[in-house]
Amino acid sequence: MIRLASTARATLAAALLAAFAFVLIGPLANLALWSVAERWYTPFKLPVTYGTRYWEQVFRPTGDAMASLGTSVWIAVLTVVVALALSIPAGYALARLKLPMRALFMVMFLLPQAFPSVAIYINVARVFYQIGINGTVFAVVLVHAAHGLVYSVWIAAAAFAAVDKDLELAARNIGASPLRAFFTVTLPLAAPGIIASGIFVFLESLDEFTGTFFVGVPQVTTLPLLLYNAAMGGNYQVASITALILLVPSVLFMLFIERFLRADVLAKVGA
Amino acid sequence: MPTELQHGPQSGAAIAVRDLHVAYGGTRVLHGVSLDFTPGSFTALLGSSGCGKTTLLRSLSGFVPVESGSIIVGGKDVASLPPEKRGMAMVFQSYALWPHMTVLQNIGYGLKLRGATKAEIAAKVAAMLEFLGLAGYENRKVTALSGGQRQRVALGRALAIDPGILLLDEPLSNLDAKIRMTMRHEIRAIQQRLGLTAVHVTHDREEAMTMADRLVIMQAGRIAQVGTPEEVYDRPATAFVANFMGAENVLPLRVERSEQGARLSAGEATASLANGVSSALPSGEAVAYFRDDVARLDASDATSTGDLIVPGLIAARAYPGGVYRYRVEAAGRQITVDDANRHELGTKIGLRIPLQRLHIFPASEAGTIAA
Repeated sequence: MIRLASTARATLAAALLAAFAFVLIGPLANLALWSVAERWYTPFKLPVTYGTRYWEQVFRPTGDAMASLGTSVWIAVLTVVVALALSIPAGYALARLKLPMRALFMVMFLLPQAFPSVAIYINVARVFYQIGINGTVFAVVLVHAAHGLVYSVWIAAAAFAAVDKDLELAARNIGASPLRAFFTVTLPLAAPGIIASGIFVFLESLDEFTGTFFVGVPQVTTLPLLLYNAAMGGNYQVASITALILLVPSVLFMLFIERFLRADVLAKVGA
Repeated sequence: MPTELQHGPQSGAAIAVRDLHVAYGGTRVLHGVSLDFTPGSFTALLGSSGCGKTTLLRSLSGFVPVESGSIIVGGKDVASLPPEKRGMAMVFQSYALWPHMTVLQNIGYGLKLRGATKAEIAAKVAAMLEFLGLAGYENRKVTALSGGQRQRVALGRALAIDPGILLLDEPLSNLDAKIRMTMRHEIRAIQQRLGLTAVHVTHDREEAMTMADRLVIMQAGRIAQVGTPEEVYDRPATAFVANFMGAENVLPLRVERSEQGARLSAGEATASLANGVSSALPSGEAVAYFRDDVARLDASDATSTGDLIVPGLIAARAYPGGVYRYRVEAAGRQITVDDANRHELGTKIGLRIPLQRLHIFPASEAGTIAA
């Protein structure tokens, strides 16, 4: 009886695991298959000819893909710089200072997420047209940073809140100015969380589509826009390869989170 | 034991606190505290949690803003100065060592701020570690140290900047009992050797009595009594202090004064005191406080011979070692008494209480004791 129950449990677990693996790996396997399919059309369940022609096309130094990868990374780096420059002081203030309207501040950073993004970006694009910055990298960075701040401020606030205030006071106590204490004690201790928030903003920027579409097209072509164009043009191979490239940083980030970020920082996100 | 530090003894600074008021978010925590700390003295701030002792220490260090009043160090009011300009070094309950730095970096931090060169820092930290019995620990991670070692590093970090004043915020409460005993003596010895003015916050009565030359008992944001350990223990100024210092048995009394002296009665039990001794006694309803080891168990019909004999019943017995500890129901109260002899539960006894060892206060005052 007990053996029967345990067999049933093991079978159920295996079935659930298989289903989970299918949901997770299925789409990825499809992407991988498409990226090496040189010819694949309907009645066939699998590609007719395999080859790396499209990979070569994408990674050709003069190709569109490499250029837009460059644009994407450049925009993402600038977005991280802008977002951290704002979220480090803002996160510290939210974590440490007794701001009377702390909750209001938190909600303010969340607000852009509460409305349909298309509606917001259409208005942003209109304003950017008027001041003549539409279609520039600067405009795209602004849109990405506004989007990334939601996460980076919350994560930074959690990272600062996880640093024991006594550690900072101990530095002040033996002669450090507030700024000195911040840069030698608080910031280094909050660094893993800050770095994580930076990576998060980087990733968000890397695969942001809607905002880039409204304020960047046609002058600025990022990787997701290239993917969109390729997919719309029926070039599933290039679209799949682009998608796989976009996947790499996300996986690296997850590994970083798992390795470096302490549970007590994660627990304070949004608190 | 620690060896002598190279820079040799130094002298502590005097602190004068005047009418200090401190509030936290609208709640008043300190209600006008005035206190003097002489150079080289070791003062323990003692009290139950929430009495304001930690707030007093933190307002000395500048971590808590002062509402009004002054803190005078070396003839200068530092009450409005930021923590880094006060010349006081604090040892935290949590040690507050920086986990991303080595022992050398932790202790050398204050020296680096003062512009010392790498070689000077290394030399001074090495001497400090030698002094603390941690020679050769420079490059250890502080997270790899034991509680007692962390405590020493925290002490070293505070002492490295040659402070005139050492603030100790329950520094021993996270250590296990055995190391705590050793650290008491070590901290006291270091303070004496360097001649520092030390202010120590604790809720541990024994720790305060063994380390400090002067106790400050605090109650609800005010000073209840200041005195040497002997004064506070033997002659508590208020019912609260008596109770806090371990006189936890409470016996309601009636005091009748006359030409010859005073007559004390608890229920049917009465005893008299001669005039000289009784002059300090309150008149009328009173409450007596006494320690477990003051009363004795006697026969219920024992003759008074000047002591108060209160009839009672043994309700419980325990053996903590050496003597038996009884809970006796007498005069409508539960009273704890130590006695060398073994008695059975339910025995009717007479509780023999020597009058000189009672701390007697007016009944009106006894109501102010926080439970």
